[in-house]
Amino acid sequence: MDLEALYQEIILDHYKSPHGAGLREPFEAEVHHVNPTCGDEITLRVHLDGDTVADVSYDALGCSISQASASVLSDLVLGKPVEQALATQAEFQRLMQGRGTVEPDEETLEDGIAFAGVAKFPARVKCALLPWMAWKDATAQAAETKENA
Amino acid sequence: MTLVAGQETGYDVARIREDFPVLARRMADDKALVYLDSANTSHKPQQVVDAIADHYLLHNANVARAMHQLGAEASEAFETGRDKVAAFIGAPSRDEVVFTKNASEALNLVARVLGDATGEHAVGAGDEIVITEMEHHSNIVPWQQLRDRNGATLRWFGVTDEGRLDLSNLDELVNERTKVVSVTWVSNMLGTINPLAPIIERAHAVGALVVVDGSQAVPQIPVDVSTLGADFVAFTGHKMVGPTGIGVLWGRYDLLAQLPPFLGGGEMIETVTMDRSTFAAPPSRFEAGTPPIAQAVGLGAAADYLTAVGMENVAAHEQAITAYALKGLQTVEGLRVVGPSEAVERGGAISFTVDGVHPHDVSQVLDSLGIAVRAGHHCAKPAHLRFGVQSTTRASFYLYTTEAEIDALVDGIERTRRFFKV
Repeated sequence: MDLEALYQEIILDHYKSPHGAGLREPFEAEVHHVNPTCGDEITLRVHLDGDTVADVSYDALGCSISQASASVLSDLVLGKPVEQALATQAEFQRLMQGRGTVEPDEETLEDGIAFAGVAKFPARVKCALLPWMAWKDATAQAAETKENA
Repeated sequence: MTLVAGQETGYDVARIREDFPVLARRMADDKALVYLDSANTSHKPQQVVDAIADHYLLHNANVARAMHQLGAEASEAFETGRDKVAAFIGAPSRDEVVFTKNASEALNLVARVLGDATGEHAVGAGDEIVITEMEHHSNIVPWQQLRDRNGATLRWFGVTDEGRLDLSNLDELVNERTKVVSVTWVSNMLGTINPLAPIIERAHAVGALVVVDGSQAVPQIPVDVSTLGADFVAFTGHKMVGPTGIGVLWGRYDLLAQLPPFLGGGEMIETVTMDRSTFAAPPSRFEAGTPPIAQAVGLGAAADYLTAVGMENVAAHEQAITAYALKGLQTVEGLRVVGPSEAVERGGAISFTVDGVHPHDVSQVLDSLGIAVRAGHHCAKPAHLRFGVQSTTRASFYLYTTEAEIDALVDGIERTRRFFKV
């Protein structure tokens, strides 16, 4: 069992010093997602400025994989056009659900490629996806709020 | 030869382990399996698996309905399973043993029929239900559901910092409005063995029924329901070297006889017309549909197995191995045991946290070493909240656990700390 493949240095670094952690204002949407089987949770806020992801702030309780994933998410989507950020989310999800057969696109995923090893541990895929699914949900809600405003 | 519980009892862990083929397995990277997750589910000895296989291969038929020879054999085997379980827990009558699919269903059964009951034991608006903060979700949620259906009030005992039930407000909490007190005997998370006697005494003094969740107790301590004083005891087969798919509700016969049915269907009836039905006597009244037949055979074989080892010996071993583990774990820097720190009135489940490493990461590293533990909330979220933790790692032991396995656990946790550089 390749522990080093699962816990790459990049993941451990993000776990120890997560980027973008904490809850901030302003925000248009806040969501709370839970992995019922393990109890990991995340509260995540999204602030959109026009079509740009202006801020993603979060309070996460969970394992190194889910915490590092939230940190990498923050790096990858912050300041990006919503459409591009959603494409990144889709690429990350494809990597995680690929059972270790997907070759990650480093240009899109940057530090996110470190999670390629996680895809080989089916029990941990949901840990890595938790922040990303929360962000996708919050972004959809934030976009809707903007449209209705 | 490893003798753990002492020469005089002849308890021989190495000999017992030979009955459990899975314990000899090699895991990934040729690591020896160190199975420390028996509070989750226990392994099954050859004798239990053989009994189930023999039933399916040579005696299979439906029970009670089939008039042919195989039907008679299957019915006999199924009911013998009930006899063995009744004897194992000291039930005064075999008819007090109701087979369910697991302990959760047994607890749901009680909560449901007390809500549907009429008369003195009915639980309705204005009545109080008392549980504890250390319950498994299966002894919380059914009572919340009953409260929501019937307008009763749900109350609970708190837990002390040491992980013991706080009984200081026993007389206030259990009062003349209380209709039912449902409490775990042994906590699946904290490991605490609860003092049932004062709770039962108080509950009965105010006319309340007592339900005991024995899921973790029946596998590891000698049980005699005839002297326990409880009105119902729920437990499950798969944690006591038996198969999955079967649980048990033991109930006092006079109570079972007063209570309405749970699920409707085949074999729980006396007679049925298109208009209405009347119901069979217990235990059939509570066993709608084809029951877990082969599982009852397997559970009977499990009871035989544990009886042959001797439940006093199982309990003594559990106590000894738990004391050894508590001592070993407390040598690890940054490790905090959540629950009683001494092996006094304590079962063999130890939940703990390790500073700087999340429980899922602890269990992942241990798994890479072949060590199987559980990480998460162990279906006891309120108990975790009580101790300010979101999740824990839990190591749990059984009659086949060795001191060498505990040493491997302690060493594995040290390696985990090094891996995460804490």
